[in-house]
Amino acid sequence: MIDTPASGNHAPAGKPAPDITLPTTPDTKVSLKDYRGRPVVLVFYPADWSPVCTDQLSLYQLALTEFDQYNAQLLGVSVDGVWCHMAFAKDRGYQFPLLADFHPKAQVAQTYGVYRAQDGMSERALFVIDPEGIITWSYVSPINVNPGADGILSALESMQARVGR
Amino acid sequence: MVTPDTISMLTSAPRLVMPVSARDHILGPTDAPSVLIEYGNYECPFCRAAQPVVKAVKAAMGDELALVFRHFPLSNIHPFAWKAAEAAEAAGSQGAFWEYHDALFENQEALDVRSLVAYAHELGLDGHRFAEELANDLDARRVHEDFRSGILSGVNGTPTFFVNGVRYDGGRVPKSMVLALRS
Repeated sequence: MIDTPASGNHAPAGKPAPDITLPTTPDTKVSLKDYRGRPVVLVFYPADWSPVCTDQLSLYQLALTEFDQYNAQLLGVSVDGVWCHMAFAKDRGYQFPLLADFHPKAQVAQTYGVYRAQDGMSERALFVIDPEGIITWSYVSPINVNPGADGILSALESMQARVGR
Repeated sequence: MVTPDTISMLTSAPRLVMPVSARDHILGPTDAPSVLIEYGNYECPFCRAAQPVVKAVKAAMGDELALVFRHFPLSNIHPFAWKAAEAAEAAGSQGAFWEYHDALFENQEALDVRSLVAYAHELGLDGHRFAEELANDLDARRVHEDFRSGILSGVNGTPTFFVNGVRYDGGRVPKSMVLALRS
């Protein structure tokens, strides 16, 4: 099983998840703390419409029922703007929020240590955050590799085992 | 800053969570020393492209190999894939899973329900029973079970192969696959 990465500068497991507030539509904003009391799966992906991301988010859309079993909320984040996110989500039928880390550009990706300055996008990174807002698992995937959902689900499973059902 | 060389990499390939059992469609002896599982879907062009490779592996290994197919329909990318998977199960109810499976890949461009029923007729199956089974989603649970096992096992797209229970990320050429299956 994938463990917490030992290297890298991304926000580590065991530390509180930095709070974030980002727009999902022109008139809606979402904050991480809105979801306190339930687990959150924070998914950074490089860009809307790019093929690997599409497969990754489509996979997560189809895995929503699995995340639901842990009462977990899935949130996608990329540097794309809200209009782009809305068109993308509508086209693919995504039923989870896509957060626009657009202005100031990539501020949240930088806070989480997953910004790629060389190409202006974020890493393909996963953070599982517990109901108290603590990061319990994180993973940065090679940029062109869809990390799948198994690591997230194992992290949610062990979180639930710790907290008790 | 995270740079490519500090990025964490997968240190071990994901493992299959739902072992092969009597519920599966198995081509070859159930006690074969090697087991190749494909998670695939009938609308996926990469799965179709992989079919000759899988067949070549099976031909090279004969009874050394048990070949298993499980459904992984990414229905928001491939809108016909889910129903096609159910159709393969409906054909399986009449003992023709693998024949129908091949027919679907050969006819990948036409997977609407009418075509699905027509392929069943062409194979000499009971078309009425087949259509009934398909219309009533009798095999949806089974398809979902396959899909779920894939999600939990680290299937991240189609096709995804498991060689003796471990995800196979190597080359999709018969030689490499046979080598992995025998090692």
